[in-house]
Amino acid sequence: MENLISGIALLTQWQVIAALIIGSVGGVIIGALPGVGAAVAIAILLPATFAFEPIVGLTLLLGIYGSSMYGGAIPAILINTPGTAVNALTTYDGYPLTKRGEGHRALSLAYSASFFGGIFSIVCLIFLSPVLAWVAPHFGSREIFLAAFMGILLVILAHRGQTFSAAMLAFFGIFLSTVGLEPVKYTKRFTFDQTWLASGVDLIVVVLGLFAISQALLLLVDKDHAPGEAHVRGSIFAGLKELLGLKRIATVSSSLGVVMGMVPGTGEFTSQFLSYTYAQKTSKDPDKFGDGSPEGLVASEAANNAVPGAAMIPLLALGIPGEALTAMMLSVFYVHNVIPGPQLFVDQLDFVMALYMSLILLNVIVLVFLLFSTNLLLKIIQIPTRFLGIMILTLSFVGVFSLRNSITDCAIAAGFGVFGLILKRLDLPIVPIILGMVLGGIMEVKLRSAMAKVKTPLDFIDRPIAAILFAMILCIIALHVRTLVQEHRDRRRPQPTGDGDTTQQG
Amino acid sequence: MIAKTLQDTFMRYRRPGDIVYATLFFAFALFLLSQIGVETKVVKRTKWFAQPSLWPMIAIWGMVIFSGLHLLSSALSPRIPGRWKEVGFWLQSLEYVAYFLIYVVAVPWLGYLPSTMLFAAFLAVRSGFRSSATVCIALVFGAVVAVVFRALLQVNIPAGRLYEVLPEATRVFALTYL
Repeated sequence: MENLISGIALLTQWQVIAALIIGSVGGVIIGALPGVGAAVAIAILLPATFAFEPIVGLTLLLGIYGSSMYGGAIPAILINTPGTAVNALTTYDGYPLTKRGEGHRALSLAYSASFFGGIFSIVCLIFLSPVLAWVAPHFGSREIFLAAFMGILLVILAHRGQTFSAAMLAFFGIFLSTVGLEPVKYTKRFTFDQTWLASGVDLIVVVLGLFAISQALLLLVDKDHAPGEAHVRGSIFAGLKELLGLKRIATVSSSLGVVMGMVPGTGEFTSQFLSYTYAQKTSKDPDKFGDGSPEGLVASEAANNAVPGAAMIPLLALGIPGEALTAMMLSVFYVHNVIPGPQLFVDQLDFVMALYMSLILLNVIVLVFLLFSTNLLLKIIQIPTRFLGIMILTLSFVGVFSLRNSITDCAIAAGFGVFGLILKRLDLPIVPIILGMVLGGIMEVKLRSAMAKVKTPLDFIDRPIAAILFAMILCIIALHVRTLVQEHRDRRRPQPTGDGDTTQQG
Repeated sequence: MIAKTLQDTFMRYRRPGDIVYATLFFAFALFLLSQIGVETKVVKRTKWFAQPSLWPMIAIWGMVIFSGLHLLSSALSPRIPGRWKEVGFWLQSLEYVAYFLIYVVAVPWLGYLPSTMLFAAFLAVRSGFRSSATVCIALVFGAVVAVVFRALLQVNIPAGRLYEVLPEATRVFALTYL
């Protein structure tokens, strides 16, 4: 109770309230702009937040993270262009509803489902807190090492069809985390006798390059286009009531969002895919999916909005980020010497409570904002994509240069910008690099301290949580191998239609 | 038969230019591998898990193995036309990287406000916005960014050397806020 009151006191500071409002409203606008997205905005704002109190900085970033998917649904439903990548599934059922003249209904349903998913995940987070507070202190060095290793493994295997690429980029991220003066034996690693490499490659410089500068370059070099015009007529409050009739779908989808959000490397896409499939299979009207099904829309939006709250669980409890956005937030913790992990729940529970409450408040602010300002947002998103590119490139400078006023950092970020552009053009994943950098550093430190107490290899997994994590890692690998073998057998099976072998060597 | 099995196993979805990227990345990984003895040290009387060279070695071997497999799968998949056109697109981005770096160098000299306004306006013209209204919007955008970040949020960006020559009354203000 004391912690709750102390948490409320933290939240009532004017800076926190301002950060919450700016983050929530800004996140909706950023999410609604096709081609920007939360990752770009968080990367740009990250260094600016270092000057704030941790709660202010994190509230601002959480506001953007939690609200961007709300905004992304607007262009997805009205003009068939997802505002953020995770709103792509929303277009399947949202846009057909708009074509039938039910755009207001689709938007209303999307907002309500997003709100439900967001609140559901925070309630889960609150109920799980005592469990986390109990389990987290049992995580020693070896458990955190195994959890980080599992995170790397999952992020690689989650990229189906791109496993090699995800693996090589994750290892590249681990490599980047090792560059510079190593802090234990004070030897140089891959500095090539260059002073600018001695301090290593900064995570924020890489993040800004890969997410923000690459996006700016992509928008500037690619053909210019502006999203089409749209306008919503009719009440957008009706969906709040309609959602009550779809509460089974909303609850299951949100639960899937929570579970997938907690698992590193999976996140929004997997939860959406699973919940959409579930909704379709259990629907009385499965044929309507993809052609304006309210159930499909609810499944997609509830699942993706349940992820941000759940993604905070491994970050707060273990200090292990599951995806790029929480990896960026981790640096806010580190800058302020607040170390997320088991001790956070013991020493700073009021801070954790304040974060939970800010997550609830941001969902309320966003819902109220959207119910009254959808048409205004539709005007804002008319910005031509090349102009957006100019805006992102200009803002990227602040992010990189304000870190340590280094021209070299800007050049490195620009280099990663070009690399990010190539990856985006080739449709290859960027997130494994970031997770490799963050988790690679964690694995190195934790392995070193864990092995000091280990005499035989089996000692590494002689504690219950370590043994469970190890068993989970083996299961993940075994399941993946099984899937690969099955897929290979399916491919080799003769095609019944007779048009089997179309493979050609180029 | 072996080639067919390899194709079945490694063929995958990809986009034009993938093989160029795969080759470059593999070459980069091999280069790093060749430098591992020079760029990392093996420390005496230190166990394997605390060796400074352990994690670079794991990372680089991972890069070599998986980029090798990525390259193999790219080579075994059907060729997609438009490889060099795609590489041309990547290279086009270097033009904007050059503008960005000129802007970075200009800020400590000209100051954040003037250089940001000029940068935004120049990029607007360069990217095809020729109307005076759009250029004005770009100038205003540059000014707003500079004021918000340097004056209001007090973000760590040095004052321009050009400000030193301003009249006394405006000099202090410019050095602090612009």
